[in-house]
Amino acid sequence: MAKASAGILFKFSRIDRRYIYLIILICVIVPLVAGVRMEMSVTAPVEGLYEAIDNLKPGSYVWLAADYDPGSMPELYPMNVALVEHLFSRDIKIICGALWPPGPPLAQRVFNELAPKYGKRYGIDYVNLGFKEGREAVMVSIAEDMKATFPRDFFGTPWDSIPMLQAISNLGDVKMIVCVSAGYPGIKEWVQQIATRYRISIGGGVTAVSGPEMYPYIQSGQLVGLLAGMKGAAEYEQMVGKPGLGLSGMVAQSYVHIMVVVFIAFANLVFFLEKRSKR
Amino acid sequence: MRGARLAILIILLGLAGAGFQAGLVSKAGLGTWVAALLTLAIFSFLYRDNPVYKLAEHIFIGIAAGYFVALEYWNVFLPNLWKPLVAGLEHIEYSPLPHFPNMILLIPFALGILLFTRFFPRVAWLSRWSMAAMIGSYSGLAIIGALQGDLVAQIRANMVPLYSREALTAFGNDGTESLLFGLLELLRNPLIIVGLLTTLIYFFFSREHKGGLGVAAKIGIWFLMISFGASFGYTVMSRVSLLIGRLHFLLSDWLGIVR
Repeated sequence: MAKASAGILFKFSRIDRRYIYLIILICVIVPLVAGVRMEMSVTAPVEGLYEAIDNLKPGSYVWLAADYDPGSMPELYPMNVALVEHLFSRDIKIICGALWPPGPPLAQRVFNELAPKYGKRYGIDYVNLGFKEGREAVMVSIAEDMKATFPRDFFGTPWDSIPMLQAISNLGDVKMIVCVSAGYPGIKEWVQQIATRYRISIGGGVTAVSGPEMYPYIQSGQLVGLLAGMKGAAEYEQMVGKPGLGLSGMVAQSYVHIMVVVFIAFANLVFFLEKRSKR
Repeated sequence: MRGARLAILIILLGLAGAGFQAGLVSKAGLGTWVAALLTLAIFSFLYRDNPVYKLAEHIFIGIAAGYFVALEYWNVFLPNLWKPLVAGLEHIEYSPLPHFPNMILLIPFALGILLFTRFFPRVAWLSRWSMAAMIGSYSGLAIIGALQGDLVAQIRANMVPLYSREALTAFGNDGTESLLFGLLELLRNPLIIVGLLTTLIYFFFSREHKGGLGVAAKIGIWFLMISFGASFGYTVMSRVSLLIGRLHFLLSDWLGIVR
């Protein structure tokens, strides 16, 4: 009997991997179609970022670094939406710039979606300066002279024709940098080049892959807060009170995680049983 | 194989064009259909390698390469080099004093041209000058960033007392939310110190890892393993998020099942 059940287990260990893909697919599709949502417990790094933005005075300026691309949209786009919701609701002026070429159109999509809702006008309450090649050199350059680095915005409008920028000369006029970062150049480089040297608060969101690498910067106080991956986005959506893809995706995320744990535990069990049967 | 891919491409383009002409598909709808079909084409690799997957892969690589060439031309070459250079040439003055506006840009222009010498083996060595300029400037920036932003700040952040007095007081007064969280808060500083020192000892190879040094190095390995485990967990979350994003697109934008 025991031998028979062990035999079945061994058979399972050689299961076609496509069945595993199918199970994962079901785990994602079912909660998405069912529209199930879950309550998230908000972690300290997310709360830190929320409070830092909440403590900014209305009318102050924030640099929004849209340093991501469509490849990381499922994780970072919900963060971008939630952060802009929060900034707009607090009447904070947003200067958006990007060190990743596909960043500006994605950020513009968020502005187009949310600006009418909050009655925000382009050039008065927010501006999209577009992409600039040069990575760390651009960071240092805007810290010294923002107009020289971005003489025109994303749409080709000259700096001098944009009303909200007339009060800005460099990053010193900005109260905080909010970075939505998919990798290099991103939040890590903003911390290294700007946070310490120019003493500007930095916070933002990263993909889950780069999350663990960024947590030491919270402990050292170089980051005021951090959203890591879809979970970070979901927590922030909950804090802002605007549920989006982050919150709706977390149930699917949790189901898949449970399945991954089950698969790992099962594979280990079969591995040890097989090892024992060979003795 | 190539014929099959070409046939699939022609059929897809034909279907899309016919739908567009007949007014069945709007411009935005056409984009959604193309994105959805390409997503399914990429997913088909999960079943097995096939011409549809290869076609989608080639389309992606081709478009990405073309997009970046166009982007660099319009966003970097024209505004940063060509236009200022042409404008500068128009305003050159020889009297009363010689004035050559923007002509400094000829240096990066020349260095950029030198990069293309890599295509000609006899003069390929010239491209090293451009590489040297790029590597030199970026190394300078990176070193400053690493020293200021990482090394000094992180060393400072790790100089913590053996235990936090506030955490101990809160734990003693039962002021924490729960016993477990209170204990974890109390253990935070000792864990940072032990983790930092033992991990550093693991990477200390000047002496054989034996005796006390060996035990410390083993503890360091445990800390490293836990951090690798956390990184793996986050990587799984990242990859699953990508799957959720694509399936959400298919179910909402394409099929309209999810709102």
